[in-house]
Amino acid sequence: MKIRKLKRAFQRLVPEGRHLVIGVPFIWLFLFFMLPFFIVLKISFAEADVAIPPYTQIYSFVEDKIQIVLNLANYGLLGEDDLYLAAYLGSLKVAFFSTLLCLLIGYPMAYAIANARKDIQTVLLLLIMMPTWTAILIRVYAWMGILSNNGLLNSFLLWLGLIDQPLQILNTNIAVYIGVVYSYLPFMILPLYANLVKHDQSLLEAASDLGSSTFNSFWKITVPLSKNGIIAGCMLVFIPVVGEFVIPELLGGPETLMIGKVLWQEFFNNRDWPVASALAVVMLAILIVPILLFNRSQAKEMEGRA
Amino acid sequence: MKRFGFSKLMLVLGLLFIYLPMVILVIYSFNASKLVTVWGGWSVKWYVGLLDNTQLMGAVMRSLEIALYTAVAAVALGTMAAFVLTRITRFKGRTLFGGLVTAPLVMPEVITGLSLLLLFVAMAQLVGWPQERGVATIWIAHTTFCAAYVAVVVSARLRELDLSIEEAAMDLGARPWKVFFLITIPMIAPSLAAGGMMSFALSLDDLVLASFVSGPGSTTLPMEVFSAVRLGVKPEINAVASLILLSVSLVTFLVWYFTRQAEERRRKAVQQAIEEAAAGSSPHEGVRPQQVR
Repeated sequence: MKIRKLKRAFQRLVPEGRHLVIGVPFIWLFLFFMLPFFIVLKISFAEADVAIPPYTQIYSFVEDKIQIVLNLANYGLLGEDDLYLAAYLGSLKVAFFSTLLCLLIGYPMAYAIANARKDIQTVLLLLIMMPTWTAILIRVYAWMGILSNNGLLNSFLLWLGLIDQPLQILNTNIAVYIGVVYSYLPFMILPLYANLVKHDQSLLEAASDLGSSTFNSFWKITVPLSKNGIIAGCMLVFIPVVGEFVIPELLGGPETLMIGKVLWQEFFNNRDWPVASALAVVMLAILIVPILLFNRSQAKEMEGRA
Repeated sequence: MKRFGFSKLMLVLGLLFIYLPMVILVIYSFNASKLVTVWGGWSVKWYVGLLDNTQLMGAVMRSLEIALYTAVAAVALGTMAAFVLTRITRFKGRTLFGGLVTAPLVMPEVITGLSLLLLFVAMAQLVGWPQERGVATIWIAHTTFCAAYVAVVVSARLRELDLSIEEAAMDLGARPWKVFFLITIPMIAPSLAAGGMMSFALSLDDLVLASFVSGPGSTTLPMEVFSAVRLGVKPEINAVASLILLSVSLVTFLVWYFTRQAEERRRKAVQQAIEEAAAGSSPHEGVRPQQVR
């Protein structure tokens, strides 16, 4: 009897299952994902300092007065120095065009997979998914060997006789585009496939019965129906590419200005944490709309039934 | 049917585009020549040389350790998040919760890395932990973004589940926790395995987050590879890269294969049970076995 009483008391102490299930991931994500952004915001208003950690505190408590000093110089620097503006624009340009390229290449691929036989579909999906699990670093590295001046592609073109001088591809923006499309293509295909495979084929049949051409029904039925897949795929490519560091660092050259690389250099090479934080805050401000868009389409997808 | 041919052609070309560079990399890792672009015959000397590289081996062991911890934690956290998103439709802050779960999928790594590092620095000042950044801080960083991937995979599976089985268990008096562990978990096990595998691979691959939140003396394999790669293409790195590629592909394939087998067995068992039940009940009542998806 006593044990039962104890048990009941214990159960009252321990939160209900429902609260626990919601609470644990919520607290984790709040602590390790959301809270850090506020700290970044705070430090973007600090001044760089030769100390550990290398920034000043923005508030002080002296003689019963709390003083908060917001240093706007970091943001001022971002506006003054053309380098940063060029880097933001460069990132957005690379992200935009590579998203477009991924969509143009990925849509037909996803379409072909969705229309393949069921047992072949799973194999094809595995083939698309496998690269996303292997290191982006290594897949980018593979291209370094192919694109370099005395690399495989140039040797091949020379051997064919198409060129008589090796082309400079590595360390240019072309190499960055190749690397980005190569690395992010699966992230475009997977959500597109997930959407396309659910389409009701009878709609297309009805359209063709009514005399619609294949292309017409594709353009008027399949494409509009796959809107959510297109949004999810494009966001999955666009947003991370804006902040991409590895690809421009390894494949790009001096002309490649991308914000992820600049932020990395400010942080690791110049040890200017406040400026790096300000760069991150501005990047996040630019990306917040696409991120919200992605979250909304993802939420619809996850609720599914609703 | 013209477009159909075009999309198939694109698929073949796309797959070639994806796989050809990796195949070339693996082939060249067996190149005997020290010059990476000149073919000097087959050799495994770069692989043998790796074993003597103690610094690299240490990084490999550290990366594997972190990846293992990450996989376990990310599956637990991601499954809970997926369960909340698919089953608990109404509670305060649900929109925020959904956003927090999916945002790590797209958040640029430099932002997440920088913000987590600043959090750890602030925490060290306030609560005295972590004094030294290393395996634990990398584990936290990896778990946070891998949990998002697990949540996507698991929630897709949870949505497909036939709710009536869980409802039946509840009707028979099983408590929610018991239903979850005895009914739900076994039914979503393949996606848990897939999510765990994915987290393991993602953690093993990550360079940017680890660079931000690691401390001195806790270099992971990608950091080691990156610092070597920056200086150009080297035969030793070809060998390491090939090993990573091959092992990840192999494990991915095995997980895929076994989950598929398990799925097939389950489907057959359900089918059989339904047929037996149908055969056992009086056939003239006209009860037809329901088609199982």
